[in-house]
Amino acid sequence: MREIKLTLPITEEQVRSLNVGDMVLLSGVLYTGRDAVHKHLYEGKSIPVDIRGSAIYHCGPVVVKTPEGEWSVRAAGPTTSSREEPYQATVIEKYGIRAVIGKGGMGAKTLKACQDFGCVYLHAVGGAAQVLAETVKKVRGVSMLEEFGSPEAIWELEVVDFPALVTIDAHGSSLHADIASSSEQRLAEVIGSKK
Amino acid sequence: MATNPKAPLKTPPPVPATHTKIFETLVELIRVTSTNLPPDVRNSVTTALEKEKSGTAGEYAMKVIQRNIDIACGVSQPLCQDTGSILFFVKTPVGYDQITFSEVCEAAVAKATELGYLRQNSVDSITGQNSGNNLGPGTPTIYFEQHRSEDLDIRLALKGGGCENVGAQYSLPDSRLGAGRDLDGVRKVVLDAVYQAQGKGCGPGILGVVIGGDRSTGFSYSKKLFLRTMEETNSDPRLAELEQRILQEANSLGIGPMGFGGNTTLLGVKVAALNRLPASFFVSVSYMCWAFRRQGLKANSDGTIKEWIYK
Repeated sequence: MREIKLTLPITEEQVRSLNVGDMVLLSGVLYTGRDAVHKHLYEGKSIPVDIRGSAIYHCGPVVVKTPEGEWSVRAAGPTTSSREEPYQATVIEKYGIRAVIGKGGMGAKTLKACQDFGCVYLHAVGGAAQVLAETVKKVRGVSMLEEFGSPEAIWELEVVDFPALVTIDAHGSSLHADIASSSEQRLAEVIGSKK
Repeated sequence: MATNPKAPLKTPPPVPATHTKIFETLVELIRVTSTNLPPDVRNSVTTALEKEKSGTAGEYAMKVIQRNIDIACGVSQPLCQDTGSILFFVKTPVGYDQITFSEVCEAAVAKATELGYLRQNSVDSITGQNSGNNLGPGTPTIYFEQHRSEDLDIRLALKGGGCENVGAQYSLPDSRLGAGRDLDGVRKVVLDAVYQAQGKGCGPGILGVVIGGDRSTGFSYSKKLFLRTMEETNSDPRLAELEQRILQEANSLGIGPMGFGGNTTLLGVKVAALNRLPASFFVSVSYMCWAFRRQGLKANSDGTIKEWIYK
C-alpha cells in the first residue's frame, strides 16, 4: 500500500493523483457533517463555515468541555456513509469538497460525482474512535450545535496524520463495488443459486 | 460537563439513599463496558489479525482495530463514539423492587453520559431533538428476569447503530434465495444477510441468529445471544455445526475487515431456536460490530460488586 501525506485544503490535482488502495494521512482542518448537515446542505441552506477544498467527515463525535472551557474530543470514529448517498453528490458539486470521509462506502451517484468534480472517498476504520480522536489536536469551533445537537453538529477539527484508505477515487474505481461483486459471486456458489 | 445544547427532556430520577451503591456500580459497569472489550473478544480480534495477509488493507484495518482497543482501555474513553443502544439484561432476586432499580439505572445512564462514557444517543423520532442524557421513551432498554438467588446479575451490551442497521429478518421459505423451512434454508438467508451487510456493520462482526419465534421475540432473543462468550460451544450439536458452517462460509465471501477484502468477515456466530407458529418461520439476524462491548457483574442486593462476569 502506498502511504500519502496530504494537508487540507487540497487541490483537484492532488485528488486526481489518488487511487483506490492508497493509504492517506490527512493533516489540517476538516469538518464533521452527518445526516442533518447533509440534508441541510442538500436543501441549499447555508452554513457559517467555508468547507471548499476541505473534507467532510461523517462523524458524530463525543465532545466534552474541559474545566478550562475548551472543547475536547473524546471519541471520533466514522459513521455509516450510505445514509448520505441521496445527498452526497450534490454536496460535492455545490460546496466544492475534495474528500468525503466515512465508513462502509458509498454508491454509484457519489462515485460519479467524485469522478465529475474531483473528489475522493476516504474510508476510516469504523469503531476506531480512539485512534482517530488521537489525531485531533484541536477543536477550532462548532456550528449548528443548537439546531442539530452534538453528534449532528459541524465540528471544525484540526487533525494531524488522520489515517484513512482511498476506497473510491476520482477515476471511477470503487473498492466497495469490487468487493460487492466478488462476494456476490461467492455467495451464489455457497448457497447454490444461479446468479 | 457534556455538550448539551438543550435542557434534557427527562430529568434523571433521584437516587434514594438506599441505592447509592447500586448507582455507583451501574456507572462503573457502563464505564468498563464502553471502554474495555472483554478478553474473549480481544482474543478473537488477535486471531483475526494473524489471519490477514501482510501489507493488505484487511491487515491494516485489523491493526487499527487492535490499537484502538488498547488505547480506549488505557485512557478509559469510549472505544467507539457510537455508544449505541444501551441494553441491560438484569436478573434480580424474587420479590426485588425492579421499579426503583429501573430509576437508578436511568440515573446511572444520565451520569455516564455526563461523564462522556456514553454519547448523547437518544433522539425524539418525531421532532429529531436529542434528549441530551440518553433518557426517553424506550431508552435505555432493560430486560428483567427473576432468579432464585440473593444476588443481582447485571449485564450490559452497547450496540452501535451501524451494525444495528444491517440486522435482517427473513421469512421462510424465501424463493429469491432458494431457502426452505429447514436448517439449510436458515444457512442461506444468514449468509445473504452477511453479504448484504458488506462492510457497513463494522466487520468483522458477530452474529446473533434466532430461528423461529415471532418478529419481536426473534430479534430480542438474538441480542441476548451476545451474552454468550466467543469460545462457548452451542449445547445443541445441530446448531453448533450450523454455526461453524456459517462462520466458515461467511469468511469465504472475502468481504473482510471493514469490507476492505480479506479472510475474516465474521468473528463468530451464535444461533438459538425458539418455537414458532405453524404458519411462521422467521430467521432474525442481529449483527454486532467488532467493537463488541459486553460486560456484566454479580453484586449483592445492595450493589456491592462480587465478581465481574467477562474477565
